[in-house]
Amino acid sequence: MLNGVLLSTVTFLPLAGVLFILFVPAGSANADRNVKNVALWTTLITFAISLLIWLRFDNGTADFQLVEKHAWLAAGINYHLGVDGISMLFIILTTFLMPFCILASRDAITVRVREYMIAFLVLETLMIGVFCALDLVLFYLFFEAGLIPMFLIIGIWGGKRRIYATFKFFLYTLAGSVLLLLALMYLYFQAGTTDIPTLMTTKIAPGAQKWLWLAFFASFAVKVPMWPVHTWLPDAHVEAPTAGSVILAGVLLKMGGYGFLRFSIPMFPDASLYFTPLIYGLSVVAIIYTSLVALMQEDMKKLIAYSSVAHMGFVTIGAFSLTTQGVQGSILQMLSHGIVSGALFLCVGVVYDRLHTREIARYGGLVERMPKYAAVFMLFTLANVGLPGTSGFVGEMLILVGVFQSNTWVAMLATTGVILSAAYALWLYRRVIFGKIAKDDLKAMLDLDTREKLLFAPLAALTILMGVWPQPFLNVMAASVENLIKQHQAALAATAKLALLVQ
Amino acid sequence: MTFAQFAPLLPEILLACAAMALLLFGAFRRQDATRLISWLAIAALVAAWLVLVNRPVAPGAVLAGMFITDAFATFMKSLVLLGSALAILLSLDFIRREGMERFEFPVLILLATVGMMMMVSANDLIALYLGIELQSLALYVIAAFKRDSSRATEAGLKYFVLGALSSGMLLYGASLIYGFAGSTNFTALAEGFAKNQVPVSVGLIVGIVFLAAGLAFKVSAVPFHMWTPDVYEGAPTPVTAFFAAAPKIAAMALFTRALISPFGELVAEWRQIIVFIAIASMLLGAFAAIWQKNLKRLMAYSSIGHVGYALVGLAAGTGEGVRGVVIYMAIYLAMTLGAFACILAMRRGEEMVEGIDDLAGLARNQPGVAFALAVFMFSLAGIPPLAGFFGKFYVFVAAVNAGLYTLAVIGVLASVVGAYYYLRIVKIMYFDAPGEKFATPLGRELAVVMAGTTLFTLLFFVWPAPLVQAAAAAARALLP
Repeated sequence: MLNGVLLSTVTFLPLAGVLFILFVPAGSANADRNVKNVALWTTLITFAISLLIWLRFDNGTADFQLVEKHAWLAAGINYHLGVDGISMLFIILTTFLMPFCILASRDAITVRVREYMIAFLVLETLMIGVFCALDLVLFYLFFEAGLIPMFLIIGIWGGKRRIYATFKFFLYTLAGSVLLLLALMYLYFQAGTTDIPTLMTTKIAPGAQKWLWLAFFASFAVKVPMWPVHTWLPDAHVEAPTAGSVILAGVLLKMGGYGFLRFSIPMFPDASLYFTPLIYGLSVVAIIYTSLVALMQEDMKKLIAYSSVAHMGFVTIGAFSLTTQGVQGSILQMLSHGIVSGALFLCVGVVYDRLHTREIARYGGLVERMPKYAAVFMLFTLANVGLPGTSGFVGEMLILVGVFQSNTWVAMLATTGVILSAAYALWLYRRVIFGKIAKDDLKAMLDLDTREKLLFAPLAALTILMGVWPQPFLNVMAASVENLIKQHQAALAATAKLALLVQ
Repeated sequence: MTFAQFAPLLPEILLACAAMALLLFGAFRRQDATRLISWLAIAALVAAWLVLVNRPVAPGAVLAGMFITDAFATFMKSLVLLGSALAILLSLDFIRREGMERFEFPVLILLATVGMMMMVSANDLIALYLGIELQSLALYVIAAFKRDSSRATEAGLKYFVLGALSSGMLLYGASLIYGFAGSTNFTALAEGFAKNQVPVSVGLIVGIVFLAAGLAFKVSAVPFHMWTPDVYEGAPTPVTAFFAAAPKIAAMALFTRALISPFGELVAEWRQIIVFIAIASMLLGAFAAIWQKNLKRLMAYSSIGHVGYALVGLAAGTGEGVRGVVIYMAIYLAMTLGAFACILAMRRGEEMVEGIDDLAGLARNQPGVAFALAVFMFSLAGIPPLAGFFGKFYVFVAAVNAGLYTLAVIGVLASVVGAYYYLRIVKIMYFDAPGEKFATPLGRELAVVMAGTTLFTLLFFVWPAPLVQAAAAAARALLP
């Protein structure tokens, strides 16, 4: 089934859902409910079909699989899709998280439901496209186009300062990305193609590499986000609707880390080595500084947003450690963070839907009225901290092992981040869940209903599964990561040899 | 002189005859024939286009080398004809409602179009000037067509005075070029430079500068842009839509040909002028538009910025660059006419409104129009996958390949600044509370133009090959 067009099908299936939604008659009493159902089923079917990608995926090879290629813009710029061990799991992560976003919006979104669901489905297509694309222009197209639906999602359905937040989000990301656009044009000029597999084996002069690396860095650093260009993230998270935050933390941030692994490291090996101290420096600052900032937050979403910045700091360190463990850990950490931070935003959404505030001080003692909620929140908080047995642990552990081989000091400083994350996460938990239940409206709060339980069950199961049995995930990426590092070292060796010859 | 020699001019002859016939027809009929004459004018434009594309004539210059036909001319003329036809279509309802329903309007547009086609095909400095003047005289009248409106008359007068000044500069430049290079013919000039028969003297460079200044005025590039905001704001909206599309394309085609064809060998001499004009236009277009409150004025600054982007391709001075310019203008035509169709839909009762704030909450009142305008705004901002992105893509590829890195970096950063004000319009339409509704229905012609241009802008990325290939062929004609 779907031989040869599987990736295109998964990528564009959500757009079929959009068509269906457009045909749901407006104005009828059940229109909103029907639209929500169509969106839910679309995302569920997309997820089911995307599992076929995993099923057909061959763990044994580092080559791109399920490849599709058609002529498109010009000579050398093709419609080229494919997956390897680095990208495949991100597609599954995207399709997996989408149904939760739709479900989480079921009651929370009451105005302009149709536009909302269309925006989300379009966003899903674009996100999947980013991870499938094997052509730089195609990648850029998906990467940038995602700004439009997200701009609308934050701007229309967001909180009080939504306009400021959404403009900041859009312009920050756009400013970073246009430099990437110029870099890709330069690559097109140099190599005569924007085909990613070809570019990976194209040798670029070390001097030019540095500029290109910086241009790509500008784009991905904003997206990750790395300190000091992270300031759009807390604003965007706080103002976005719950589902928007989930997708932002769960998938959009991962595009930055994915970009480093897909482009910066294999295409510019010399520059990557040269700039590794920069990455290490910024990431360590991100881990320690934003963890401290997170400690002082009074808004639940803002706290989780800052913790995201800190966790993504681990990801960038791991990626640029360029050891097998480091890179594998970095990918696993991204997957785990996608699920855990998504779940944490859903947790905040649960109490926000009931009390319509995210101020930490307004809560306290929730465990008395909402024991089930307390248990779920506990699980994800601990996974965020990186408790052994949860998905967070495996990723962070592998990253630290990897970095330790490359730079002991960085490893040591990053480890303090683990301690700090325990501090802010557990303190948040204590302030919200424990303590005396004082206010009347808190006493009246109801525990999780069936929909919410259904929502959290798969996320919790996956968090624990990835924590105790990460092997299936690691197996998928093993060959590709091994190849990435081998190629990188070969490229460095070639440069060194060349330098020696010149002398 | 045989008929065969005139064959390449057939579309122009047809259009000129049609204009005069319609003028007579209108003069001998009562006033209510305007609508009929408008449709006939559109039919004449379509007929001219059919003749243009279906009668292949061998590329080459006729009339003593004055008038050239090649793939570049055919492509740009097609765009000009399309732009004029759509502008007449957009004006149909408007001129009736606003009491400016006089049959001279479509006739003047036809005459201006003949001038534009002359401009596109000009292969001689004299022919260039003739084309420009034929176009401009018609345009001055059109700008002031609503003669009982002081804003429109002011716009017309301003346009006339400044236009005359620029024509003067252009003529002065042409005379210097003739004096120092010894010919007004593009082909002869190019040969002279290629064979090193003509020395590159200071006088010649000054001549090129003046020529470029005159042409920069016609495309409204900085620092010769001052007339644009006032004329755009003052002229009736369909006239503004017309000004923003067809004449701009013709002037850009002329600019490209007048620099590439005779002075292709001297790229190094004139490139810095174009680089400066392009940078200044992109920056001014981006920054000055931020504070605008009138939508038409904002579109004026936006058009200045877009001319800057198109000039980036010309600055490259390569075949790739010309291809970029051609694609850019084609896409710009669709975006800008679509945006003006949306502006024409902004009518409350009998009153036209033009304030940006009047768009508040349009997404709830008229989701279709709001969606269309949002598509155009994102496209003008250059966000993929919309057509505007590809326009920018092709010109910047050319600039990067020509090694113009500074120009490219400034250009893309200016586009981020520009994105701010385009987003502001989306914000007002989608995020703000709805204001008073606009009058419905839109009118069939408006809806058709809006839908067509929206679909083109939205879906260009699916199948870009035909346009890109046609543009590449056009560029090859100019720079083999």
